[in-house]
Parts: sequence; C-alpha cells; structure tokens
Amino acid sequence: MTKKIKNLNLNFGPQHPAAHGVLRLILELDGEVVEKADPHIGLLHRGTEKLIENKTYMQAVPYFDRLDYVAPMNQEHAFALAIEKILKIEVPIRAQYIRVIFCEIGRILSHILNVTTQALDVGALTPSLWGFEERETLMTFYERASGSRLHANYFRAGGVHQDLPAGLEEDIAKFCETFPKIINDLENLLTDNRIFKQRNVDIGIVTKEDALDYSFTGVMIRGSGVPWDLRKSQPYDCYDQLDFKIPVGKNGDCYDRYLCRIEEMKESVSIIKQCLSKIESGPIKSQDGKVTPPPKKELKQSMEALIHHFKLFTEGYRVPKDEIYTSVEAPKGEFGVYLISDGSSKPYKCKIRAPGFSHLQSMNYLIKGHMLADVPAVLGSLDIVFGEVDR
Amino acid sequence: MKTLVELEKKINSELTTKINNSEIKHNQLYLEIDKEDIIDVTLFLKTNKDTKFRQLIDITAVDYPEQSQRFKLVYLFLSHEFNQRIIVSYNVNENEIINTLTSIFPASNWMEREVFDMYGINFKDHPDLRRILTDYGFEGHPLRKDFPLTGHTEVRYSEDKKKVVNEPVKLEQNYRNFDYESPWEGTNYIKEQTSNNDKKN
Repeated sequence: MTKKIKNLNLNFGPQHPAAHGVLRLILELDGEVVEKADPHIGLLHRGTEKLIENKTYMQAVPYFDRLDYVAPMNQEHAFALAIEKILKIEVPIRAQYIRVIFCEIGRILSHILNVTTQALDVGALTPSLWGFEERETLMTFYERASGSRLHANYFRAGGVHQDLPAGLEEDIAKFCETFPKIINDLENLLTDNRIFKQRNVDIGIVTKEDALDYSFTGVMIRGSGVPWDLRKSQPYDCYDQLDFKIPVGKNGDCYDRYLCRIEEMKESVSIIKQCLSKIESGPIKSQDGKVTPPPKKELKQSMEALIHHFKLFTEGYRVPKDEIYTSVEAPKGEFGVYLISDGSSKPYKCKIRAPGFSHLQSMNYLIKGHMLADVPAVLGSLDIVFGEVDR
Repeated sequence: MKTLVELEKKINSELTTKINNSEIKHNQLYLEIDKEDIIDVTLFLKTNKDTKFRQLIDITAVDYPEQSQRFKLVYLFLSHEFNQRIIVSYNVNENEIINTLTSIFPASNWMEREVFDMYGINFKDHPDLRRILTDYGFEGHPLRKDFPLTGHTEVRYSEDKKKVVNEPVKLEQNYRNFDYESPWEGTNYIKEQTSNNDKKN
C-alpha cells in the first residue's frame, strides 16, 4: 500500500531571533529537508530612495546610516564619493585617513556582530557576550567623533563633518593593541570547536561560477575563492597608499566565510594602525565654501561666510547634471550608489545597490537540499541586515 | 579589453547597429541601446572573451514623466577580469513589456521584481513577477515621480475590528516643500508667472 506524503510548508519569521531582523521565509519541507525557500522581504521598507529624491544632498546623508545600521559610515562613504566625483572636489588627506579609519571600524563592528551572532545561531552564547563588549568600545569612538553611537551622519561631500576630538587617535591606537587578543579569544572558542565546525563546514557551498552569476560580492565571493575587493581593485580615498591583504576562502562554505571575516578583522586593525601612523594635522573638509559650511567662528565676522552658511542650510549646494555609479567595499560586499543629478540641489534619482539584496535572493539556491537546522547557519553566514535589504 | 577606449571600439565594431550611443565618463562606459537588443548585448558582454562582464551589479529604472518614452532602464555590469564597469540603458514607454535577463543572470530575478514593484514596468517570461518591497496588497508604484511622498494609504491597528486596517492618509499638516531657489535667479512661481505673461503677450 502506498501512502501519500504531502510536503510541509513552514513559515519562518518575520519575528524570529535567527531571522536576523524581519525576514519572512516560507520553507517547503520534505521531512526535515528543505525543498524550496521563498524569502519575503520588505517588512522594513521605508522608501529611502523616494525620501532622498525629496531632500537636499546634505539632508540625504542620515538615510545612509539607516541602511546597514551596523556599519553606518561605510554607506555614507559611497554617497559622499558619488557627489565628490560629480563636483570634482578634492578631499584633504587628513579627511581621507579619518574616513578610512572609521570605515574600517565599521567593518570590525559589522564582522564582530556577524561572527558572534552566527555562533549564537548554531548554539554558542559566549562569543556574542565577548564581542559586544568590543562593539561598545568602537561605538564610543563613533560617538566621540560624530556625536552619536549608531546614526553617525559624519561623512560629507568634501570631507568629514568635524575634526577628531583630542585624545581619540590615541584611544583608537590603544584599542588596536588590545583587540587582536579578543579576536584570538573568539577564535579559540570557535575555529576548532567541534560543534561549530559540524554546523558550518560544507554547509551552503557556493561555487565560483554561481557566486558570479548571483552577483555575490564581498565576503560571499571571496569565500568562494575569488580575490575581489574594491579597496584593492578600484581603490578610493587613500586605500591605494595602505598595505593590506585580501583573505580568500577555498571551499565557499559557511565555515570559510567565517574564517574570511576573522582574517578581515585582523587586516582592518592593521589598516587602522597604518592610518594612525600616517595621519597628519590639516583641514578635514574641502575649503570650497560653496560645498562645505564655513567654521562657526567666521560666521560673525565674515559676510561671505554668513551667506555661504545660509545658502548651504536652506537651498543646499547644487550638483550639475550628471549620472554616476560609485561603489565602496562595505563589510557585506559592494555597496553602490547610482546617482542622477539634474543641476538642482536635490538628487533626481538615487538608486542604492545593497549587497545583502543579492545575497538573500540566492537563499533558495543555497538552502535547497539542506536540513531545516542549516537555515540559520546559512542565513547567518550571508550576513543579512534588513535595513539595507529593504531600504 | 585593457582600456575603456579599446573596449568602446570593440563593442562598437562588434555590435555596430545595436549601439545607439556610447560615452566614457567617470571611468565607466555608458551605452545606449534599443529595448529589443538587451538580451543580445548582455550575452555578448557576458560571454565574449574580450569583455567578460560576468557580474550584473544592479538593474534600475529612472522616471522622466515629461518624456514621450517615460522610463529609462539602467543595467550595471562589472567585469572582474578587466576591472571595468559598463552602464547600459534604454528608454521604454509606460506600457511596453521588456525582456527578462533571468535566463542569463539568475541575480536579475529580484532586481527586475524591484523595478516592477517600484515603477510598474512588466517583464516578459519572468518566472516570478511579484511585488517585492512593498506590503501585501499594496497599490501604486512608489518611485514614479507622480506618486506622492506621503503615499495614499496609512496603516493602523483598529481596536474595533481587532485587525490592521488601511486608511487614506490624513495629514495634520501638509508636506512642506520650501522653494529655496535664489530670488535673484527667480523663484519658480515668479518664473511661471513671467512665462505665462510672455505667452499672453
């Protein structure tokens, strides 16, 4: 006698700790094996692109913090670079170093979060407790520079908002001395851990070809053995003057991607150290009064400064008609801004290319044939943050 | 190809009639093509050994309501091999149906869904053309220029019906869009007045 077996449809999320935010995943299960995964996204859609079209260029910056909210400044960077390229502004060297330092801090912030929550998803609690302590330190650096822990709003077209406060450089240098030990501690807990390996090795394998076809970028493509990093291949700001390595995986599974992230954190520390040794005092934003606001002390003395200030904070600066795509290597992959300006002080169109969007799209391809218990492991290694996927 | 200039030459000589316009700026190559040729051009860019644009970075559209062909579709490609970027674009009308790239790049699936969701542009033979970012049962296409910033409906939990309900947006205060243009160059309403007066005269 044959018995009819029906596949089970399981609704995973949108409120589930392992969904990393608000992912709703419809899983079709045959026993414990996943046959099909259909991610439903958009639960955090805020219409960022529409809002940016209705704001001046300077007012649009904070929206970028709210995309990938674990590494806010990396996104601002892409937007600032796009405007700078259209306006052809030179960024002072000190500002470039400051921006790179904070981008790398953002990378560490994001990778700590990802590595430790991935460990949490597969059953290890301690790494997240240790890692979040370090994130707290890093966020105080954000706060001291920009005034806020998360939504920094710090990068501007032409430089950064304000100079680093006294003592911050020394404190970041101190952090760079102590942090490698924390990475080692995390590695002691995870890298050779039997359970962690059982849950991650050979799970969610991505071949080189598929990584290209599915538009993977960042760690997702490097984990599969493609040495591609925009900081090296299309350097922006002062990355071409820095010496760093690109960690590359071999098997393209969740475990390799974890290893890549750990190595990238070590490289980031080395980049920050190099920046701190090279950074010199000087201006922190372009001296072009038509784009960057004048220093406050000039406002009461100089008529020109007052006019500039008034125009910048009412109308904003105008950007000539142009069309450009700029991208940066954000912690999660290639983050790009496709900007169309029409000569006014508001962008005509600003398309945000979020790395997580392409990564999450491949969920069905990655998880098909795996067990239900592998879903959180794969999802964890994709490094999804819904702020940027839903925009 | 080693340089963008060589690449531009190569593409123009291989795809002669298909390329309407090509331009190099910001270290990227901008191509304008016809809607019918997108599949041929993409296949050429992806497979030719001198181009090897193996990654589709993004697909998006731009709305120009005042133009006869309202939407411009934009495709961004990346070649790892030669470290180059290409931006391919073409114009379409509101009701035209476009070929999908899903058979060439599986990544285009969601990107096209997003264009469909945000601009209401239809794709032919797309395996799964549903809305993606907006809510279930949403109406309208938010990134069109004629869609209001505040939207048409707002959502709240109704205590009476014990469920979430959609209602028309009620604003306590209208969305304020100040005109900051320099008065010396003429603000918009003055410009409109003067141009109207000119017409009358």
